[in-house]
Order: sequence, then structure tokens, then C-alpha cells
Amino acid sequence: MTRRKMRAAFGAGAILTAGALVLTGCGGGSFDDGGGGAAADGELTSSDDPITVLIASSGEAEATAVEDAVAAWSAESGVEASVEIASDLNQQLAQGFAAGSPPDLFYLSPDALAGYADNGSLRAYGDELSNAGDFYAPLVENFTYEDEFYCAPKDFSTLALIINTDLWEAAGLTEDDVPTTWEELATVSQTLTTGGVTGLAFGPEVQRVGTFMAQAGGGLVTDGAATANSRENVEALEYVKTNLEGGNFAYATDIGAGWGGEAFGLGSAAMVIEGNWIEGAMRNDYPDVNYLVAQLPEGPGGPGTLQFTNCWGMAADSPNQQAALELVEYLTASEQQLAFSEAFGIMPSLETTADAWREANPDLAAFIDGAEYAQFLPTQADAAAVITDFNAQLESLAESDPTTILDSVQGNLEAVVG
Amino acid sequence: MTATVTTPRAGSRNTGIRRGEAAAGWVFVLPVILILGLFLLIPVLMALWVSFSDWAGRGSPLSGSVNFVGLENYAAVTTGGGLAERDFGISLRNIAWYVLLVVPLQTALSLFLAVLVNRAVLRGRGFFRTAFYFPSVTSSVAITILWLFLFSQTGVVNAVLAWIGITGPNWFQEPSGIVHNALAGLGVTSGPEALTQTDVLGVSLWEWLAGPSVALSAFILMAVFTTSGTFMLLFIAALQNVGGELGEAGMMDGANGWQRFWHITLPQLRPTIFTVVTLGVIGGWQVFDQIYTGTEGGPAKTTVTPAYLSYEAAFTRQEWGEGSAIAFLLFLIIIFFTIIQRWVLRERGVSKRRAARYEVKGGRS
Repeated sequence: MTRRKMRAAFGAGAILTAGALVLTGCGGGSFDDGGGGAAADGELTSSDDPITVLIASSGEAEATAVEDAVAAWSAESGVEASVEIASDLNQQLAQGFAAGSPPDLFYLSPDALAGYADNGSLRAYGDELSNAGDFYAPLVENFTYEDEFYCAPKDFSTLALIINTDLWEAAGLTEDDVPTTWEELATVSQTLTTGGVTGLAFGPEVQRVGTFMAQAGGGLVTDGAATANSRENVEALEYVKTNLEGGNFAYATDIGAGWGGEAFGLGSAAMVIEGNWIEGAMRNDYPDVNYLVAQLPEGPGGPGTLQFTNCWGMAADSPNQQAALELVEYLTASEQQLAFSEAFGIMPSLETTADAWREANPDLAAFIDGAEYAQFLPTQADAAAVITDFNAQLESLAESDPTTILDSVQGNLEAVVG
Repeated sequence: MTATVTTPRAGSRNTGIRRGEAAAGWVFVLPVILILGLFLLIPVLMALWVSFSDWAGRGSPLSGSVNFVGLENYAAVTTGGGLAERDFGISLRNIAWYVLLVVPLQTALSLFLAVLVNRAVLRGRGFFRTAFYFPSVTSSVAITILWLFLFSQTGVVNAVLAWIGITGPNWFQEPSGIVHNALAGLGVTSGPEALTQTDVLGVSLWEWLAGPSVALSAFILMAVFTTSGTFMLLFIAALQNVGGELGEAGMMDGANGWQRFWHITLPQLRPTIFTVVTLGVIGGWQVFDQIYTGTEGGPAKTTVTPAYLSYEAAFTRQEWGEGSAIAFLLFLIIIFFTIIQRWVLRERGVSKRRAARYEVKGGRS
């Protein structure tokens, strides 16, 4: 070996060694963290570490409300706690889990639950909550995965029918005409449809169209089995398709709006199917629009709506789960949820607080009334991809065959549900 | 005092006054090697490992609980038969159309702009150069948002189209492919069975041939708009290196302006064209930020790109192996097309047929 070659070999060796050191350093550190933090034996970890809370905020109001609440708890309990507003929650959570230093508490959506639960990132603490029995049963079910109640639902929303009362009266309709059946919905939407106004608008997604499936008595998953192409679901899509073709229903995006609330605020739709977040949007962006909120009409299968919720996820790697649990109890307590409701318009996840909320928001009662029969979308691992694909197909529902769409969804869903 | 004089031996740089330079060289490049190794090479190797493992996103991918699963992740997106394969197929369909349209358009436009602003007679050259270059220095996020406004249902583009009596589409909400739309204009609304019944990567050939959706077409226009300025700069630099002599010689031979450009200037720009096309192809296949900030893959998945799909699989669906596998498949595809294009644009000797054109025709006495 010439000296030059030796030098080159030495250089390469040095780089490889340095690389290997970095790699093992990486591996070793995180491995230890992963092993130490997982308290799978049921004991909550406890330490003096400060609590970090990662939330995805809908806006200034929500951020401030959560920050204030956490600060109040911190002052009361003496445990240091801070709130971070995520710019991209999924990405920041994934980063935290991979690095072994996740936030202690964070907003967690039901469709992300299974993935994080499967890889052991989450601490299932639901049953340890002192107020575990006070939550709405469907919400608890929404956050139960493989028979474990993972996390406390922080609040929830349902969908209802929002009606523009000015357009309503201009079309000669009265309060008695508020639709309670599919036939009535079709009729009033036809009455309300004029040149620039569509009778009923909603987003081109199962998160809205799914209400019709629920009203027909269908749903994507029934008793743990995929039922996407059931007779009821076909009937629901046929109904929506017919009315889309008739022009009395329209997708919000097809009438130049980003979502239902915008179509409603701009007056291009007389009715929309939206959740209780529309209240804040109308107050901020379209304060001059008068409206009323009604329960969605019943279909052949009875009443039906969808619920949306998030929970307070807790990291398995959190070094201070005991304090985190106490913080969750504080944040989901009745008074605190009512304060959040006032600040940014959510509905409390505690059944026991429903009456207080109804009293405070008499005009929005239809939302909370829907809680009793609300369905939720499947939450199995990878179900989100099926939903995305379903949504992609629903966009062209007016030109497609409902049976074909639902058959393909059924195939995809069977692969996920097992 | 004795001075030792060493005679440098020919062919060896390790002796004499150059002794030790190699070591010094290594010391100087070491920081870069370490930084590149730490922040580029090692992460890439780790991602490669993740694409062959069942890592689920918790703790280090190198920990003992992570297993080697061979080509499982690659199989899921290429032969799995499920949604993952179909999504990957759709993303490839989208991006193939995107690259196919963006690269020629942006190369031609940037060359055209460069020739335009390279003319000595043009007044206000500096202004035009800046104006054409401006979109390139603006953040792609800002341009995407601008584009969403311009191409909305009631946006400027549709307003302009309305002047000439065209009702513009709702650009970013329109999932229909432009080839399909053109065919529909001719009365063809469904493909022959040979196309609709044959699937490649879970997407029927008829769907592969749909063309970019209207939404993706808006992104294609945006890419051409934003990148042409950068490439124009490269072409200006190249044009200024082209000497005038050959052009003058051509003029003496009676070549007109177009012939001089086509036969004299353009061949001399070959290295720059190679650079521009290569950068265009690489940038085209990797489109991500426009999709992330703009449409998130919608409408009807027609703007999903492999880079966005890779991100989505990993961060949203927690399928880290699949996400990395997509990223490496994308890497292989880009390498493949770069090699193909290098081969196409290689320097070739003048072919006999071509040379014959320039031969002096004899025997005409």
C-alpha cells in the first residue's frame, strides 16, 4: 500500500468511525428514552418536570383561552406548565415521538389515535380519570381503541341544518316549514333555489354527505364490520345525487366557496350543513346574516348526524403523567369547558354539562340535541386514507354511480377493518 | 547551516515541499465532510433503513425493537393492490404529466425570454430582466396563495376569460383531466375497453391518459411562471459567451436570423440546455410546497405528487416505511430520467446524412 492510499484509507476510516459514533449515539440515546418512559405496567410516571401542552389552535381566541386555563392550573397546582401552538400538529407530534421527547399533553384527533396507539406513543389513561363516567358515551367510544379508553374527549361538535332566515322568509316559508324529512328538505331547497342562490350547500366530503348515510340508517362501519356498500348508503347517495343534479343541492366548492360557512355567509346558499363552529365564523366574518339552527331532517332510518371531537392525548414517554392527568381533569371539568365554550364556541364533552350549555346557548340547542344519535367516522389505523379516497370520489358524485363508489370504498375499508 | 535540498520527484506529491499538503487538505475539508455526513449522508442512510424496516415512528429507527422487513414497504406501494398502490399510481400519473408539460414549456419560455432581453438594442433591458426574474425570488408559498386567488371561481383569470366570452372553470376545484376534456369536446366520453380494463399501479390506462387535471394545469402554469426567470438567467449567461464570429460567418453565407439562431446559436447552448432540463426534471418530480400550501392533493387526488404522498404517508398515516419507500422510488425515477436525458443530449458526431448537406456539390461543370 502506498502512503497515499494509506492516507485515503485512514481518512475514509475516520469518517466511517465518526459516522458510526453518531449513529450509535443517536440510537442509544433514544432507545434508552423509549425504554424508560413507557410505563406500560399501569403506574403513571411522576416527577418534577414541567408540563408541556401542544395544541392546534383555531385562532387567537382558542389559543388565549387554553393558555389562560393552563396558567391558572399551574398557579393552583404549583406545577410548571406551558402551552405551545402547533403550526403543523401532526408533524410536530411525529417529531416529538421519534425523538423521544414528545409534549406531555396534546390535541389528538380520533383518526390519528390508532396509529399512535399501535406504535406505543400514547398512554391510555381514560379509566383513571375521576370524571371518566361523565363523558358522552359515543365520545368515549370514539377514543376507545382495542378495548382501552385512551384519552379524555376535550369537547365536541355535531352537524346541523343552518337556515338563512331572510332568504327563508323572502321565499314565503314559515317556521312550520323547517324540514323534518328528506322529502321536505328536497321541497324547501327547491323553493329556496333561485338564480344566484342554491337551496342547500355542503362540503364535497363524507364529513357532510355522511349525515345522509346516517339518516338512511347506514354507516361505514357497523359492529366492527365494513358496511360501506349497504343498501342504506346507496339510497343516501342516490338521494344526494338526485338533488345535486336537480340543482337544489350543491357542493360549496362548486358555488365558489371554500366551505359551507362561506357559501352561507356570502348568501350563495340558503341552507348549509355545518357544525357549531359556524357560529363564530358568522359572528366574525358575516355579522349581518340572520340564521337559525335546526336539527338535520330524518331520513328513512331516523335522525342522523355526525360528531367531531378531539381528545387530550398523553405521551407514553411523558415523565410527569400524574400531573398531566390532573391537568386534563382540570381542563375537562364542567366550569372550564363552559368557559372554553364561551371563548371559542365548542360544546362540552360532559353529558352532565349539556343543560348548562343549552341554557347559555338556546339558539344552538339543535347541535347538542344531535349528540344523542350522532355517528362518527371509522377510526381504525389507515381508515383516514380510505376516507380521503372516498372524499375524492364524492367530489364527482353527480357524474358517478353511487354503487360503484361505495363498492370501491367497501373494498378499501375491508382491508383496514379486517 | 546546512540546507537540505530535496529534488521533487516527478509524479509524487507527497514528498518535498509539498509534503504534508494532503493532510492539510483533509483537515480543511473535514468540517464540510462532517457537516454533510451528519446532516445529509447519515439521514439519507437512516431513511433508506427506515424504508426497509417496520419502524412506526416512536424512538430511534435503529433501536432493537425495529425489524428488517425487506422489500415489504416497496411492495405495498407497487404491487400491494390496495389503496397505497393506487395512491402511488395516481401520484405518478399526476407528476408525469406535470414534468412532461412543465419542462419543455419552461425551457422554451426561458430561452425565449433570454434571447429577448439579450438584445443590445432593447431599451430598458435591466427592467425587463428584473421583471422576468422577479417571480423566481418570491417565495413559492406566497406565489401559491397568489395563484389560489387568481384562479378562484371569481378570480382575475376567469374575469379576463369572461371578456372573450369564455366561462372559466373553478380551477382548483376541477378534477377532470384536460385530455379527457378535449376528447369529451369531440364527443368521446368513455375509453375503449382495452384502456379502461387494464390497470397499471391500480390506475386504469384510460385514467393515466386523462392528462393533468384543470387544478394541476394551474400549478403547471405557476411552475412555468416562477422558474422561467431563473433559467432565463442561465441562458443569458450562456448567450453572452457565444461569440459573434460564427454568427457573422453565417451571415456571410446568407443565413437569416432564424437559421443563425437554430443552426449556430442553439447548438452552442447545448450544455446550458442540459443544465436547465436536468434542473427542471429534478425540480418537477419533487414538487411539494405548492401542493402542501395549496390544495393538499385535492380535488379528487389529482394534485397528489409523490413527494406530497411520501410526507402524507409518514406524518399523517404513521406509515414511515411506506413514506421512505416512496421517497427512494422517487429518487430512482429521477436518476433514471437524468441518465436518459444525458444520453439524449450527449455530444454526437455529425451524422453522415447531415454532413452530406454541407458537402460541396461537385461535377457541375
